[in-house]
Amino acid sequence: MSASAVFILDVKGKPLISRNYKGDIAMSEIEHFMPLLLQREEEGALAPLLSHGRVHFLWIKHSNLYLVATTLKNANASLVYSFLYKTVEVFSEYFKELEEESIRDNFVIVYELLDELMDFGFPQTTDSKILQEYITQQGNKLETGKSRVPPTVTNAVSWRSEGIKYKKNEVFIDVIESVNLLVNANGSVLLSEIVGTIKLKVFLSGMPELRLGLNDRVLFELTGRSKNKSVELEDVKFHQCVRLSRFDNDRTISFIPPDGDFELMSYRLSTQVKPLIWIESVIEKFSHSRVEIMVKAKGQFKKQSVANGVEISVPVPSDADSPRFKTSVGSAKYMPEKNVVIWSIKSFPGGKEYLMRAHFGLPSVEKEEVEGRPPIGVKFEIPYFTVSGIQVRYMKIIEKSGYQALPWVRYITQSGDYQLRTS
Amino acid sequence: MTDSKYFTTNKKGEIFELKAELNNEKKEKRKEAVKKVIAAMTVGKDVSLLWYNFRDCEDPNPLIRALAVRTMGCIRVDKITEYLCEPLRKCLKDEDPYVRKTAAVCVAKLHDINAQMVEDQGFLDSLRDLIADSNPMVVANAVAALSEISESHPNSNLLDLNPQNINKLLTALNECTEWGQIFILDCLSNYNPKDDREAQSICERVTPRLSHANSAVVLSAVKVLMKFLELLPKDSDYYKPEILKQEIKVFFVKYNDPIYVKLEKLDIMIRLASQANIAQVLAELKEYATEVDVDFVRKAVRAIGRCAIKVEQSAERCVSTLLDLIQTKVNYVVQEAIVVIRDSDNPDLRDRGYIYWRLLSTDPVTAKEVVLSEKPLISEETDLIEPTLLDELICHIGSLASVYHKPPNAFVEGSHGIHRKHLPIHHGSTDAGDSPVGTTTATTLEQPQVIPSQGDLLGDLLNLDLGPPVNVPQVSSMQMGAVDLLGGGLDSLVGQSFIPSSVPATFAPSPTPAVVSSGLNDLFELSTGIGMAPGGYVAPKAVWLPAVKAKGLEISGTFTHRQGHIYMEMNFTNKALQHMTDFAIQFNKNRPFYNPDRLTYTTQFSLPNTLYRALHYLKILVPLFEVAVKNNIDVFYFSCLIPLNVLFVEDGKMERQVFLATWKDIPNENELQFQIKECHLNAGE
Repeated sequence: MSASAVFILDVKGKPLISRNYKGDIAMSEIEHFMPLLLQREEEGALAPLLSHGRVHFLWIKHSNLYLVATTLKNANASLVYSFLYKTVEVFSEYFKELEEESIRDNFVIVYELLDELMDFGFPQTTDSKILQEYITQQGNKLETGKSRVPPTVTNAVSWRSEGIKYKKNEVFIDVIESVNLLVNANGSVLLSEIVGTIKLKVFLSGMPELRLGLNDRVLFELTGRSKNKSVELEDVKFHQCVRLSRFDNDRTISFIPPDGDFELMSYRLSTQVKPLIWIESVIEKFSHSRVEIMVKAKGQFKKQSVANGVEISVPVPSDADSPRFKTSVGSAKYMPEKNVVIWSIKSFPGGKEYLMRAHFGLPSVEKEEVEGRPPIGVKFEIPYFTVSGIQVRYMKIIEKSGYQALPWVRYITQSGDYQLRTS
Repeated sequence: MTDSKYFTTNKKGEIFELKAELNNEKKEKRKEAVKKVIAAMTVGKDVSLLWYNFRDCEDPNPLIRALAVRTMGCIRVDKITEYLCEPLRKCLKDEDPYVRKTAAVCVAKLHDINAQMVEDQGFLDSLRDLIADSNPMVVANAVAALSEISESHPNSNLLDLNPQNINKLLTALNECTEWGQIFILDCLSNYNPKDDREAQSICERVTPRLSHANSAVVLSAVKVLMKFLELLPKDSDYYKPEILKQEIKVFFVKYNDPIYVKLEKLDIMIRLASQANIAQVLAELKEYATEVDVDFVRKAVRAIGRCAIKVEQSAERCVSTLLDLIQTKVNYVVQEAIVVIRDSDNPDLRDRGYIYWRLLSTDPVTAKEVVLSEKPLISEETDLIEPTLLDELICHIGSLASVYHKPPNAFVEGSHGIHRKHLPIHHGSTDAGDSPVGTTTATTLEQPQVIPSQGDLLGDLLNLDLGPPVNVPQVSSMQMGAVDLLGGGLDSLVGQSFIPSSVPATFAPSPTPAVVSSGLNDLFELSTGIGMAPGGYVAPKAVWLPAVKAKGLEISGTFTHRQGHIYMEMNFTNKALQHMTDFAIQFNKNRPFYNPDRLTYTTQFSLPNTLYRALHYLKILVPLFEVAVKNNIDVFYFSCLIPLNVLFVEDGKMERQVFLATWKDIPNENELQFQIKECHLNAGE
């Protein structure tokens, strides 16, 4: 059904550690992986699924590591990839950074974790907070003999242990909206969507019941409220703690949260909004002599708001030299290793319009290969603002001990995949 | 097993020493030993024998009990397994759910080693009992174990799914971990609801899973829904056939997408292309055609041609997009555009004529290139998934099969006997239009002349009774002569099919092709059994399907014309190291040349005085054959051009008057003139 074995390889393809779950594939098969990967890369046909003979390799890359699962069967590929990413998440939470070094330094615990994460190819407990309760860094199980499986592992609430205590009971709610934008070279918007996530930091005692109220349009319609000031959430996805059938039934977001940080939900809005930062550009290339670039950036959001840390990256030919810049605000910097000019503006109020001009020399001998036309990219962050208008109406926190808890809410809008094609 | 020697003789082995150390009285020593063991494990040594300490199964700590039962299953030594039975039986009934869920998986492990014993010991029944366990994680693992076991028992009803335990699964679905949810959903997708009401109630309870953050849960839920929606009446709220139609923008290619994502997106965009979004799609494709990655650019240009075929109304628009691209003068863009225009598979001649007219009026130089270009057609990709395969793949959403677009038996060894999954059939309607994958299916419906793929080919080929196996000598290569293509032999075939028969032969591997032109030859001489006619030019056999592209099978061939019939001769050579069996062949009926509806054209070729008409016809047609060959390994596609000369009749000599009269009969608008340069003619030719 899923993986036969899982390998963690270094950047050269040498196995650092592996776990053979089913024993139906010779562990030496992994030797074919790297040559195969390199060959496919050369052919321009690299894909996350490779096969050699009857063995299929499903792999992902994380920092300088390859995580590879093997199978002979028609395995559930989405489960395997999902599991590999989850494994990265668990190791990262155990070792802060997951890289070759951390695997070498934590051999024993990695092996133990691989044993607990999956059994015979079936993923088991993958919640790192719960795992940390019985698979500990010290690995001193033998001496104490006390280490027990927390009941949480098999509880219906498998993500939160009982008996958590805080002096001050608080919840921090971050509503983060990323704007993805794709604009054609002629200025027409091809794709504009908002991907929102709601992240929680939970410092609550006991087993609290939480209920989150949003200005969800469907909910407003269900309860006969006016649709004004409501947002239409699409493609809503929840953390496993949320009772999905309840949401499906009456749009109530109710859950017992895990302890600490987690992403509660994500959503998407495809309602077209005015691009928050609009870019007009003219890139003129005079062969054998120079490139002249003019970029105009306009903040198309309300005047009270300010975009912070704005970075506009403009592509330049790889053989350009001797840059000269002129900006009405902020500073421009040439990054030859990336073939871009980065125009940084620390604070960009809504309604304002700024200008940057750049001039580059070009060699008199033109190089032969054709270059691509990378898009202009924009990064920004607008605090205290959600582009969709989503609002947290309430967060109800009920625990049987009856304590009062404070929810804090923070809104932020930022750039996601924000690209404007150039001609 | 070799490993069992450790139990008896090898007292001085490393394992033995480790075992002694593990049992040492001093804690420090034991700790050291454990570290050694783990070190040994990480370098790949099998140390599982250290853990055959079954007393652990009685340990008061459930973690130890579970670890014991987990490692027990890893001891892949047949002799030991029988000692596992009693501890395992206990663990399956353990009071701690952590132990029970681990024991459930252990049954699957044990089954892998000794299936008979697992059945004899009644462990399968114990597993089935665990489906009713009070703990959702135990239920999920029991389901996973049973599903795994039932893979090797294709026909048994191991899971014994009925409305009662389905209900239990649906309850557990709400409470178990994300992985458990996947096991349960995958299991549900194999269930056949007894009526549409049950299907609907399952759909209703599965739908909330679509909001799960784990994409694998979502895909498994989609699989269940796609299957069960099939059973619901079309007018119900639940029936939403065109699930991705509105989402085409999501598949627009981003500059920094990895190449495999780009190609996959391109493919999806074409599948979703419709009259409503074609303008957008074409604008995107045109944009991609000016990128730098040559491979991607070629595919983008080709995609424009595929759009023209798919959205017929847009053909004109597609052509003008292609013409725009030709103006870019970028070498490979132009090349690809030319191929696409030539390959534009528009069955309507007027459209084709229109394309050429447009081309001529825009750019005569390019037009020349198009018409005279000798490039072989690149058509290795099948644009559309054949409907029965599509149905099967829906049942495998999320699995490798859905990534490869192949049924599992095409890439999983030993799965031939396993019955193939198919969508349930809605009561009272069996037409293919019921398939819930709206756009894709719609496409396949518009294009019924898709090449069937994989195993279905054989069955679907024709109503020809394949009959008892014909006694054929085992030859390393053979000549399949005389596949009657155009001649009167057609009449003798059943219905609209052109396929001679399947080839019930086994091809043994052979490093050098040796042509044996006997045996099968007779098989295919279905019509009149004409022998080789002497005279007439026969082109040497060219390689149509190179062995590297067909997993070792090489097909070369040529066309001949003998006594009024055109024949296609093929040599099959097995260059692989394995036997090839179960051959079948099919020709795409798509081409006007080979379209039964257009037989009037082709049969006329044998009439001497229509010679010119035949030529004229050829001028606007690509005389191309698309062929699919299936064997036990895979299905392969190739195409070959029919050389002009085979269309000429042997007795084509015309009286001067007849020729001139025929010439004059041709309307002026059909006449084109151009000069042939640098053509040296020798006397006597």
